[in-house]
Amino acid sequence: MAIKDTLFRPVFRDNPIALQILGICSALAVTSSMKVSLVMAIALTLVTAFSSFFISAIRHYIPSSIRIIVQMTIIASLVIVVDQVLKAVAYDISKQLSVFVGLIITNCIVMGRAEAYAMKNPPVPSFLDGFGNGLGYSFVLLAVAFVRELFGSGKLFGVEILPLVTEGGWYAPNGLLLLPPSAFFLIGLLIWVIRSWQKDQVEEPEFRIAKHTAMEESA
Amino acid sequence: MEHYLSLFVRAVFIENMALSFFLGMCTFLAVSKKIQAAFGLGVAVVVVLTITVPVNNLIYQYLLADGALAWAGLPDVDLSFLGLLSYIGVIAALVQILEMFLDRYVPALYSALGVFLPLITVNCAILGASLLMVERDYTFGESAVFGAGAGVGWALAIVALAGIREKLKYSDVPDGLQGLGITFITVGLMSLGFMSFGGIDI
Repeated sequence: MAIKDTLFRPVFRDNPIALQILGICSALAVTSSMKVSLVMAIALTLVTAFSSFFISAIRHYIPSSIRIIVQMTIIASLVIVVDQVLKAVAYDISKQLSVFVGLIITNCIVMGRAEAYAMKNPPVPSFLDGFGNGLGYSFVLLAVAFVRELFGSGKLFGVEILPLVTEGGWYAPNGLLLLPPSAFFLIGLLIWVIRSWQKDQVEEPEFRIAKHTAMEESA
Repeated sequence: MEHYLSLFVRAVFIENMALSFFLGMCTFLAVSKKIQAAFGLGVAVVVVLTITVPVNNLIYQYLLADGALAWAGLPDVDLSFLGLLSYIGVIAALVQILEMFLDRYVPALYSALGVFLPLITVNCAILGASLLMVERDYTFGESAVFGAGAGVGWALAIVALAGIREKLKYSDVPDGLQGLGITFITVGLMSLGFMSFGGIDI
């Protein structure tokens, strides 16, 4: 139960993007096609899981004054490995991701989990926690990419699903979804969906507009 | 001169770090509730970007790039795979030095920036600007201008968003969209607005 909880809690209940506001940069920039998002999601999940594992393994030996630098070094080394593997195996995708693979280093999910969980827990639960948060990130990334690619260009993973008007089909693509700002709208709406379902995540407003009283007085 | 001016305007408006590249989003959304805090963070980002991008440029040109170690008698060495580790190291170290320097010589600015300086190390706009600089092969002068422009653009965006959010809190937002949700949609609209700068060339 505990293992399942550490692993799946971050996917819906504590989603890193929707609730913790972590790791948003790349979620917006790489979601115009499923293929690129999938690679990014796998890369981030692996880096988060393994960095949590390694940091947790040496957590008793890290002096707290320089812990950020130590964490960064471990994360950066892992990202270099991922970057080199991507360049060797999938060069096209690595070109499309451009700087965003490097930016996994400063992705707050990785740092955030290292600081909040891995520094206090043993290696195996930390690994699962990192993996779970990676899955939560992947869930949002793939959901956004699904909508953007399907309705923006009528394809999924590059395979035609909705035949486009320009190619003799019936679907007129929504150009807005290919533009970067659409990712903001989609994530905003996704947050709305998650919070309508999980009511306790709703943020308290600072001001409430008072009830309109003029009508009652006149009546 | 004209070339540098064009690069600066491009970095501030057309290629705005926050609104067209989505870099530094975490801090962008988290610290944009009050204009004053947003302004402080914006200034800190401008300062750090203006220093780190040219410094990383020097490190890339004279230590890491393919054949850059020729001056040390090692013309065949290519250390560019160490790039990520070096840039983040330089950024972390520079932020630390800047913090100590300000604490000693400009205490007023130090107490104003206070909490924001350490936050900046993990702001992806800083690392992102360095990586973009490497990808686009800027010279030293260009990288300094690009760093400053990127910083000013980011600061402009966060102050603008904070302005909107200060007004937004008086409006009647549906429960589920409260807070984060409506902020995302606002930023999306701002980003659409900034797209209209596309195509401007000086």
